[in-house]
Amino acid sequence: MTYQPSPLRLQREASRRRVSRQSTLVALLSTVIIASVLVIVVTGAPGFKLVRQSFFSWHYALSAFPHVLSGLWLNLRVMIIAEIFVLILGLLIALARTSHSPILYPIRLMATIYTDIFRGLPLLLVLFLVGLGVPGLQISWITNSAVVLGTTSLVLTYSAYVAEVIRAGIEAVNPAQRMAGRALGLTQSQTQRYVILPQALRKVAPPLLNDLVSLQKDSGLISVLGAIDAIRSAGIETAQSFNFTPYVVAGALFVALTIPLTRFTDWLTRKQDRARVQQGQW
Amino acid sequence: MKKKLGTALTVATIVGSLSFGIAATSAHAVTYTTGSNLPTLTKGILTIGTDDPAYTPWFDNNNPADGKGFESAVAYAVAKQLGYPAAKVKWVKASFNTVIQPGKKSFDFDINEVSITPERAKAVDFSTGYYDVAQALITTSKSKIAKAKSIADLANAKLGASVGSTSYATITGVIKPKAKPAVFDTNDIATQALINGQIDGLVLDLPTAFYVAAASLKNGLIVGQFAPKAGSDQFGLVLTKGSTLTKSISAAVDALRANGTLKALAAKWLSNTAGAPVLK
Repeated sequence: MTYQPSPLRLQREASRRRVSRQSTLVALLSTVIIASVLVIVVTGAPGFKLVRQSFFSWHYALSAFPHVLSGLWLNLRVMIIAEIFVLILGLLIALARTSHSPILYPIRLMATIYTDIFRGLPLLLVLFLVGLGVPGLQISWITNSAVVLGTTSLVLTYSAYVAEVIRAGIEAVNPAQRMAGRALGLTQSQTQRYVILPQALRKVAPPLLNDLVSLQKDSGLISVLGAIDAIRSAGIETAQSFNFTPYVVAGALFVALTIPLTRFTDWLTRKQDRARVQQGQW
Repeated sequence: MKKKLGTALTVATIVGSLSFGIAATSAHAVTYTTGSNLPTLTKGILTIGTDDPAYTPWFDNNNPADGKGFESAVAYAVAKQLGYPAAKVKWVKASFNTVIQPGKKSFDFDINEVSITPERAKAVDFSTGYYDVAQALITTSKSKIAKAKSIADLANAKLGASVGSTSYATITGVIKPKAKPAVFDTNDIATQALINGQIDGLVLDLPTAFYVAAASLKNGLIVGQFAPKAGSDQFGLVLTKGSTLTKSISAAVDALRANGTLKALAAKWLSNTAGAPVLK
């Protein structure tokens, strides 16, 4: 005998379909209304033609594109190198701050002072101090390359943020996990490596990636030291034509660069949530 | 001092609006040539924009309102030519980006070493040129290009310029060194990079080059200037695109050029720039 859904069930399903159709319709309608209002307000504005000309001109977009793209290549290299160093340094600082041994007190203190200072200092100031101040010392073995010094400033600043995120992750792991690890005969560092850190990093993966996305955008700030990145290339083009479209081109490229990382973050979060639900942790 | 200036401006505004009221009743057909009846932002007041900081030798002490420095003097001369005495001139701060932004500006005209190019003229109005500018290269005596005699000697130099200047175009279009140029937000940062040895040389407009080499650098020197074709690079006053003032202001600049005022002001405020060798 095949399964026959009860009339009650059929009725319930029909009602659910109706409600879902209705909400789709309402959503569609409200989207259309809001979009039309926006379009009317923006395109009807007295200065719209002028703004379209100076921010969205195909002519200038095409002529600026190759320059902006070659600038973006610098951003890419800077952000990848910086991200690697930020993760390493951030992890080390977080480990130092969460250590408990009395011998390590000075290191703990240094790590605390470091995060306090570099989270508070505006990145621009760090860039000037490191990028213009350090070469001013005229020490022969220190490079005076704007790109290297700029990347160093990014690493110094962002490590402080990332260290705090990782520390939050480590402290969110239940202390019983550490005891369990020790009880199984793992050494202190083995427990850290195989029990605590994997759980801690999984917990903070989304905010961690958030910081990395932010770092990607800030990679352009090294242009204050003279390096020509995507934003600076756009600025140069804009100064020649007095047309702001090159900045919009650079903006679009940055968005294109960050979207994969944000989607990856979303995907990772969802995957974790599903895993937790399956494990019955919720 | 600032307060006094504010009071002076208020008085000037009142006087200006009163005199405008009288002018409006007496003359119906307005001729926009001279006299304070031009359609300025504030009636009776000529609002002039420049950047903050305003650099020497174009301005003096970052105070455009003191009439000292070449551009401040030119601005007051233009104002006088249009029928605005110094008391009816109001200065506003306008950064480079606000000068080039689309739409209405916060000033009647801007004076801030802006080079006239046909491409820029699509976005803003320019007066006729008030100064023929040449670009120059400065460095320090320790630099490897200190003894350069020709453009060929600069092939391996790392050069810098500030963004928004035609100096950058001089590097990429005239000098064409192998290394990518460094581009800075302001001349101050660029000068610091030169002092640090992060760049070998800095390209600036010639009068600024003389000033920076003498005043900002301990052992600065001018390598040379790059000879433009006469009149090919000129500074112009910037106005809103399609401004009704452009004609009158251009006429004022033309008159000041014709009667020798511009030349006299350049001689008074800018170094004698003939001394810099021309690099070929």
